[in-house]
Amino acid sequence: MEASVVENKMNQYQELVRQGLWKNNPGLVQLLGLCPLLAVTNSLASALGLGLATMLVLLSTNTVVSLIRNYVPNEIRIPVFVMVIASVVTVIELLMHAFMYNLYQALGIFIPLIVTNCIVIGRAEAFASKNAVAPAAFDGLMMGTGFALVLCTLGAVREVIGSGTLFAGADLLLGDWAKVLTIHLYQADNQFLLAILPPGAFLVMGFLIAGKNAVDARIAAKAKPVEQKISRARVTHVSS
Amino acid sequence: MSFKIASSPHQHSQKTTAQLMKLVALAALPGIAVQSYFFGYGVLVQLLLAIITALLCEAAVLALRGKKVKAKLLDHSALVTALLLAVAIPSYAPWWLVVIGTAFAIIVVKQLYGGLGNNLFNPAMAAYVLLLVSFPLPMTSWLPAAPLQQQSLGPADAVCTIFTNFSCSGYSISQLRQDADGISMATPLDTLKTDLSQGYTTEESMKKPVFGWLSGEGWFWVNLAYLAGGLFLLQQKVIQWRIPVAVLGSLFSFSLIAWLISPDANASPLFQLFSGATMLAAFFIATDPVSASTTEKGRLVFGALIGGLTFVIRSYGGYPDAFAFAVMLANMTVPLIDYYTQPRTYGHKSKGVR
Repeated sequence: MEASVVENKMNQYQELVRQGLWKNNPGLVQLLGLCPLLAVTNSLASALGLGLATMLVLLSTNTVVSLIRNYVPNEIRIPVFVMVIASVVTVIELLMHAFMYNLYQALGIFIPLIVTNCIVIGRAEAFASKNAVAPAAFDGLMMGTGFALVLCTLGAVREVIGSGTLFAGADLLLGDWAKVLTIHLYQADNQFLLAILPPGAFLVMGFLIAGKNAVDARIAAKAKPVEQKISRARVTHVSS
Repeated sequence: MSFKIASSPHQHSQKTTAQLMKLVALAALPGIAVQSYFFGYGVLVQLLLAIITALLCEAAVLALRGKKVKAKLLDHSALVTALLLAVAIPSYAPWWLVVIGTAFAIIVVKQLYGGLGNNLFNPAMAAYVLLLVSFPLPMTSWLPAAPLQQQSLGPADAVCTIFTNFSCSGYSISQLRQDADGISMATPLDTLKTDLSQGYTTEESMKKPVFGWLSGEGWFWVNLAYLAGGLFLLQQKVIQWRIPVAVLGSLFSFSLIAWLISPDANASPLFQLFSGATMLAAFFIATDPVSASTTEKGRLVFGALIGGLTFVIRSYGGYPDAFAFAVMLANMTVPLIDYYTQPRTYGHKSKGVR
């Protein structure tokens, strides 16, 4: 009895990891929070900064919402959740203002805008308000990690194509020692500006989603051998 | 985009896609010849680079997609895309520019959307916009026309400049663009735009040497040659009159109005018609059978939209020429235009054709 409960719990957490990082990834599948996703990912450093901030917000809001879920009247739950999210974001914003001032300036309006990021309210409503604290917090962490990973991939690809460096400005995020992390891949007279501009974000994002779908299709093809299925071919025209 | 909504009678042309594309390429030859006379052998080198890249990319993607590579390659559509992009790029631009552009046109804009017949945007123009937005400096470094050039450039110079950024005698592209006084010369459209923004009148600006009879030195003849090629396409029934007439008509009318209101601050309508890429765009680019509107009324609307947008962007926008942007913006509206301009089929009421 005890063993099966533990196993169930393990399964639940494994499922949360899979959902957050791959199957239901906020960036690639739910396509939530596209505005910061596309706007700040012109370099790996700012992508990582916003990714971590969003992850932290998700973790805290999911925990708090789950804690108060039994005391909040159903009718006014959304305003309450929004207030929780806004307070958490304010705290994070002030912390960044205090300890990472350069990054705070680089990210600008997109830190306060985490409040409006649909992932945060989406997870609060869909998961945290219905589950116990531990799974809710873990879900927030995983969704946040999934989002941060997509942000970082986008940021890295765009930075490499657009400016030929990787992790430039890491010192804004991690302190002065991090200057050694910056890699100069190539030096070009003409930068590929489009990769840094918003259209480049849409293009790279499209390729990322296509890549994920291709991997999914390959996995599905491997898992399922072709079944013999007899279906009637429709010959009459269906007017739409 | 699709031919389903054209109403009867469905008259068939005997020409295959390959024949049509070959005719388009043939009709562009006079324009290319005149352009390489005025702007150097670089035009031909760019053309060669673009065609090689286009065919390689097309073959690679077709093979990846499991299509019949040879049959599809021989429809020559990649060739025409490469050609249109190559003549739109400055003739002495570095080689990687045209290679990146063509690869983007073929792989992303054409093949990822499903290949010939399925692309939303004109591949050559989408690639041109990509290049112009990404690399504004090399994409606007047009040399002045041959009679104004300080150094005469041979075929070897063209190859040297394109691959090493320096001509065989060691001049960089920005030095090649200079006139006798050491001032870089821009294209006529660019010069006029800059001068107007600095408070000169059109008449004062037009006295500069980059301007010749009616429009820019050399540009007039290039446009005339493309006009001749376009008329040949019309005569061969490869394209219909509606799109080019609508493009030129609307560009002409808009600029005529502006010119009549304030002749000092606007270029003359004929200058607009024979400058930049006007004729090339009206006859060769806007008439792309895939990304243009397919209904008769729709083609008039589509063409007029391109002409109007071109005038607006040329006069008030940030870039000197505007056809690539105008064509792409108009491409976006094609599904809507086609929806509202479906012809009435016999026996149906005019509304609710669907």
